[in-house]
Formats: sequence, structure tokens, C-alpha cells
Amino acid sequence: MDFNDNAEEAAFRAEARAWLEANVPAREELEGLDEVEAAKLWQKRKYDAGWACIRWPEEYGGRGASAIEQVIWNQEEGRFPTPGSVFGIGQGMAAPTLMAWASEEHKREHLPPLASGEHIWCQLFSEPAGGSDLAALRTRAEKDGDEWIINGQKIWTSGAHYSDYGIIVLRTDPTVPKHKGLSYFFLDMKSPGIEIRPIKQISGGANFNEVFFNDVRVPDDQRLGAVGQGWQVALTTLMNERMAIGGGGGGVGFSQVFDLARKVEIDGEPAIRDRNVRAKLATWYAQETGLKYTGYRALSALSRGDTPGPENSIGKLVAASKAQDMASFAMDLLELSGAISDPAHAEARGMYQATFMGAPGGRIAGGSDEIMLNILSERVLGLPQDVRVDKGIPFNEVPTGR
Amino acid sequence: MNFEFSDEQNLLREQALGFLQEACPTSTVRAILDDDDRPYDDELWRKIAELGWTASVIPEAYGGLGLSYLELSVIAEELGRAIAPVPFSSSVYLATEALLMAGSEAQKEKWLPRLATGDVIGTFALGEGPGQPRADKLATAASGALTGVKIPVADGDVADFAVVVARSDAGDGASLHLAELDGVDSQSVGTLDPTRSHAKITFADDAAEPLGTHGEGWTTTQRLLDRAAVLFAWEQVGGANAALEMAKEYALERYAFGRPIASYQAIKHKLAHAYVKNTLARANCYYGAWALDTDADELPVAAATARVSATQAYYYASKENIQTHGGMGFTWEFDCQFHYRRAKLLSVNIGSEATWQDKLIGAMERDRPAA
Ligand SMILES: Cc1cc2nc3c(=O)[nH]c(=O)nc-3n(C[C@H](O)[C@H](O)[C@H](O)COP(=O)(O)OP(=O)(O)OC[C@H]3O[C@@H](n4cnc5c(N)ncnc54)[C@H](O)[C@@H]3O)c2cc1C
Repeated sequence: MDFNDNAEEAAFRAEARAWLEANVPAREELEGLDEVEAAKLWQKRKYDAGWACIRWPEEYGGRGASAIEQVIWNQEEGRFPTPGSVFGIGQGMAAPTLMAWASEEHKREHLPPLASGEHIWCQLFSEPAGGSDLAALRTRAEKDGDEWIINGQKIWTSGAHYSDYGIIVLRTDPTVPKHKGLSYFFLDMKSPGIEIRPIKQISGGANFNEVFFNDVRVPDDQRLGAVGQGWQVALTTLMNERMAIGGGGGGVGFSQVFDLARKVEIDGEPAIRDRNVRAKLATWYAQETGLKYTGYRALSALSRGDTPGPENSIGKLVAASKAQDMASFAMDLLELSGAISDPAHAEARGMYQATFMGAPGGRIAGGSDEIMLNILSERVLGLPQDVRVDKGIPFNEVPTGR
Repeated sequence: MNFEFSDEQNLLREQALGFLQEACPTSTVRAILDDDDRPYDDELWRKIAELGWTASVIPEAYGGLGLSYLELSVIAEELGRAIAPVPFSSSVYLATEALLMAGSEAQKEKWLPRLATGDVIGTFALGEGPGQPRADKLATAASGALTGVKIPVADGDVADFAVVVARSDAGDGASLHLAELDGVDSQSVGTLDPTRSHAKITFADDAAEPLGTHGEGWTTTQRLLDRAAVLFAWEQVGGANAALEMAKEYALERYAFGRPIASYQAIKHKLAHAYVKNTLARANCYYGAWALDTDADELPVAAATARVSATQAYYYASKENIQTHGGMGFTWEFDCQFHYRRAKLLSVNIGSEATWQDKLIGAMERDRPAA
């Protein structure tokens, strides 16, 4: 163990930092670009210089870097205000699934444009009747020659409206127990018969969608894994999802609340002098660094060839509630002014209020808190499963509600 | 001793509940949320005034109903449950109360009858930006006229007058002033809960008259906030119970893994925790209502206790209501967001949880001299 860089790592860090210093787009350069355009610009620049998806093999658009180098790169890139990523699902979830399950031909075709940011992918898993209970999904795929015909509906698909491709789990056999009747595909989001309708979130944005499938055709060649093996393939995606989401991201973090506590006062003193404030800040800092180092350790485990395991459920579980609590607490520090969300009048242009409204989504997306706790208790601690009334029953005979 | 509302008060509750179910379904709340040009529901406000709720505790001599604070508590709880988009808390718990506490005979005669009929809306202007309001930090000054910026002022964009806390070089460092807002620069400011409008008010040598004794403004403010805190707490408890009810109904209908999600212990315990918090908060609110109504010495402790537990209860119920709804709870279309927004708004509107916790223990220290 060594939390410091060795000579080689230090050289890598210096190289990365020098490149970032010279190449991170200045604010003026991004002016007028929307979220997707800005993200694409940055991703392409990294790709052209060999700094995109650095851990991927070179033939797929990466740089063949080690896990430690990935950690170093993340640290360095994290120092700069770079455009937000719209590639998380594609690079963090679809790509590892393709690497594990796709044909060599598909990998060479689809991974490089994922790395370069040319293609954006979305995840078509959840359905109205299959969220936590993902394997209860109902969207049907029926075989027709060399193709499958898809009918049904997905929901909560983040970024579907700007995605080029999607990964999708479908029911290919409703007469067997639910996990056994699923198959996994990837498809072109511009396929005829796909209709995308945005869903407005409580935060006011509309980043997720309903996606309807009306006789959509997908070539059998785009199936990943065997027919009926969809659940196993989906698990590859889900494990990587939890790891990707656990990595954290924008919004309110320790540093923002720490700075705020130095700025506002309690009893005429900077709030940071208050013991209660210090206790909370200390707890959040410990959580934040704990998550960061857990993430690094998970990455180095990956480099030994392991696939991400259920223990990665910790990251998202802790991070989502932490964001909610910190935003709420920051608003409390602002007292009456905490209510103001209007960017023209609010502290930090309304960042605390925006995080407060976004955080409930974090506690649900990618597996809810409750499901994460179930996974940790059952799959990591080995505690017995809940009684499963749907176990072994043909899917079309399982009780359903709304 | 008697720890319950009377039969008449319970009857009032039934009427209030029935009325609000009819006049303020959540579609009413949504209409205000979705329309930036409507700061509150003026039709609902008019109906509420017709029922006499704005007149509840105003003495009959000033055109009020002369009811007790227990009746007002009942109304507050129901308004909270309905997430009503009206300036009731500003006008009734704060402005009316400030006049009752500190107004001169002439001021009471001038304003109370019109507050009672709801023809006039009042508000209370305390905050001046981020952090705790403090007498020694007040920038708003009064010398015959008012100068300074108050932000955020709940309902400041719709109120006819504001009770303004201003700096004073005498006594406790502050004085209250009554300022008519016609012609004063008042700008709407978006908050977390657009169903309750707020404003930035800029006084620039605008006319105002003193309210109460010069140099006693801070003491009066604290007392006013204690009184209002009980009523805010009732609104919070009402909201918390509504959020719990929503979560329960959804959990009973929604299936996952072949069972209603309500059958999972994780959900059951979540809702049971909400129930416990709500029950404790409500009990504290009863005590607060009694202390408010009898103007008991215990009021500061009772009010802060009710406020702290109600703030905690509503926040918990509102966020876990979203959680129970899964993805649906995170949509604009579902009503979960109303409680989440309102819970946080109410919790900072008259000072944060930590501020009230501090007030609570401070009041206890005064009540219990060290041995
Ligand atoms: C912001 C956001 C983005 C998303 N993006 C995507 C996306 O890009 N692609 C995609 O496919 N999906 C996406 N989702 C969907 C997400 O994965 C689901 O919302 C989530 O899995 C929960 O499913 P549900 O909404 O059906 O809730 P439900 O499964 O109905 O859950 C309702 C409640 O019941 C609880 N519950 C369920 N089962 C159990 C149990 N066994 N024990 C205890 N409690 C239980 C849950 O924890 C929750 O509190 C997104 C969701 C959000 C909020």
C-alpha cells in the first residue's frame, strides 16, 4: 500500500496535468453550446489525444492504461471544470457489457465511437411494472426470421432523446419463471417504431423519457448472450452501473458546504465555529473520502480481473442520501434565505436548492436505497433472502398490482 | 387536565377538511405551481376569508370572531394538509398577530377589521439575506421613513402592508414598523416552493409608522416568532400526515416481486418511523397550542419543541414519500413534490431547525437556573 505516486505514476500524473492545463476548454469556447454539444467537444478532444476511456484496449479506442492510471486521471480531470458527461451510461455500462458479451466485430464497430463521444447510448431497462423488480419487465420480443419484433414500453430512460443506441432487456418467453425468459439486445434508437416522450422531473428538467416500441425490428445479430440468458447479461450492466454512479458527480459536495459554513454566521461567529456544524461537516468528509477510496480500491480490484461485485452498492447508497442531507443542511445554514432558488438572488446561484430537488432521484435511480440494502445484506453479508412469492412461478402467473 | 380538542373544535376540523378537499384539491396547488403569474389562489383566499378563518383570533370588537388559538390550530393543520397556496401564515400568524401584540388602538382599528375579512393581506419582513437575522446585524433603518432591503419576504409581492423589523439605537436594538407597500419596490423572488410567493422588498425612504415601543422590536419579534411557530408546526404536522397517507396508499397498490411493496419490512418500517415522528410532533403541537392559547410561561419552550419535532417529521415524511413512490415520486406529474417543497420551505421560513433547537435549549436554561 502506498497512497503516494511512485516515479512512474508521478510522471503519468505530470503528463496528464500538463495536457489538461493546455486543453480543457475555456468558458468562452463552450459559450452557446448545449449540454450535449459541450460534452461531445470535450470527449472528442480527449479521444484525439489518447485521453478517452484510458483503461480500454487501444483497438477499442482506449489507451490500455492501468487502473491506477485511471485513478490518477480521474483525480486530475476532477481538478478542472470540464463539461458534464452524457456518456456515463454508454461508457460506464454499455461498454463493459459489450466487452464481456459482444462479438469481436461489434466491439470494433461500436466501442471506438463510444470512446470518442460520437455515439451516445441509453439504458432501456426499467418499465412501468418492472423497476426494482427489473426481471418483471413485460416488453416482448418475438422472433421473426433473423430478426426480433419488439412491442411494449420502457420508462425512466435517461437521455433517450439524444441517444444513438440503447441497451435493452426484453421478454422472449413469458411462460417460464421471470429471470429465465429474458434476452438482452442493443439497438439503434432511430429504428422505425420507436417513440420517445420526455417525462418532467420534480426538479423541473426532463432528462428521462418514456420509450414506446411498436413493431420495432432488431437483428438477431444484436443479441448479447444466448436467448433466455438476458438476466445474466443485465447483471454485468447493473454491477457496472452501481460502480459508475457511485463515483459521485456534480452538485453539492463537502467543499461547497465547508465554504458556506465559513461564510455565513451563527450567533455572530462564522458557522464553522459551531460544534454541531463541525460534527456534520466531519461526518460528511469522512463519508466522502471513504467513498472515494472505496472506489479506488474497487478499481484496483478490477485491474486484477474481477468484475465489479455487489459491494459497489455502497457508493450510490451513501452518496445519494449524503447529497440530500448536505443540500438540506446548507439551506438551513442560509436560514430564511435558504428558500430562495432564483439564481439571480440565491446563494451560489441556487445550487443547494437544485441539488435538494435532484437528490431524491439519486436515491431511486440505478436501484433504490432499499434495494441496495437488500443486495448488501443478502449478497454481501449472506443473509437469507426475503420470502419470494414469485419464485419458480411462470412469469405470466405472478401476482401484479398497479 | 384535558389533552384533547373539544367536540366543537373537532367539528370545525371536519368542516375544514371537507371544505379544503372540495376547494383545494392538489390540482389547485398544481395550478399555482405551473403558473408563474399567479402568486397565490385568490379565489381560495376569498372563500377562506368568507369562512372567517382569517378572522378567527381577532377580537369581535375589531370585526373578528374572537375564537381561541385552539380553533386556529385546527385550521392550520388542515391548511398544512391541503398544502394550500394562500398567504395565510404571513397574514394571520404573523401580521395579524404582530398588530394584536404591539399595535396601537388606532392601528388595530385601521387594520384588523380588514385583515379579518381578508380584504387586506399583511406580512412580516425580517430577513435581510443569508444567515441568521440578528438585531445587531440589521441594516434596515428607520428615521421617519424606512430604508433597506428585506429578502426573502413571504407574500411580500402580494401583501398590502408589512410589519418590518428595523435597526434601532435604543433598547434591544430593533423596532417594528408598519409600512404600506403600495408604491414600494417589491420584486418577486423564486423559491423552492413556487406555491408560496416571496419577494425582495427595497425600501428607499418609504413611509412607515412605528409599531409598538421603540427599542423593544427584537423582544417582540422573538415573542411573535414563538407564537407563530406553534401555528407553523401545526401546518407541518398536517402536511406530514398527508405525506404519510400518500405513501401508505401507494405502497398498498404497488407490486414488486409479486407482492405489494407495503409488505416489505423496509417500507413498513419507513412508514412506521414517519408515524412515530408525526405522532410525537402532534403531541408537542397540542402542548404548544395550549401554551399559545393561555399565553403560558412555557410558551417559548413549548413552541420550540413543537417546531423542532414538526420540522423533523415533515421533512422525513415528505422525502420518504417520494422514496416510497420510486421513479413515480420523482416526476413532476405526481404530487409528492408538493410536500417535499413545502416541508423545506416551512422549515426555513421562520428560522431553521438548528435555530429552533438552540432557542429551545436556551429557553430551558432560562427556565431552570443552574443549582
Ligand atoms: C433520475 C432517474 C433516472 C433513471 N434512469 C434510468 C435509465 O436510464 N434507465 C433505466 O432503465 N431506468 C432508469 N431509472 C429507473 C430506476 O432504475 C427505477 O426507478 C428504480 O429501479 C425503482 O423502480 P420503480 O421506479 O419502479 O420503483 P418501485 O420498484 O416501484 O419501488 C417503489 C418503492 O418500493 C421499494 N421496494 C421495491 N421492492 C422492494 C423490496 N423487495 N424490499 C424493500 N423495498 C422495496 C423501493 O425501494 C421503492 O422505495 C431512473 C430512475 C430515476 C429516478
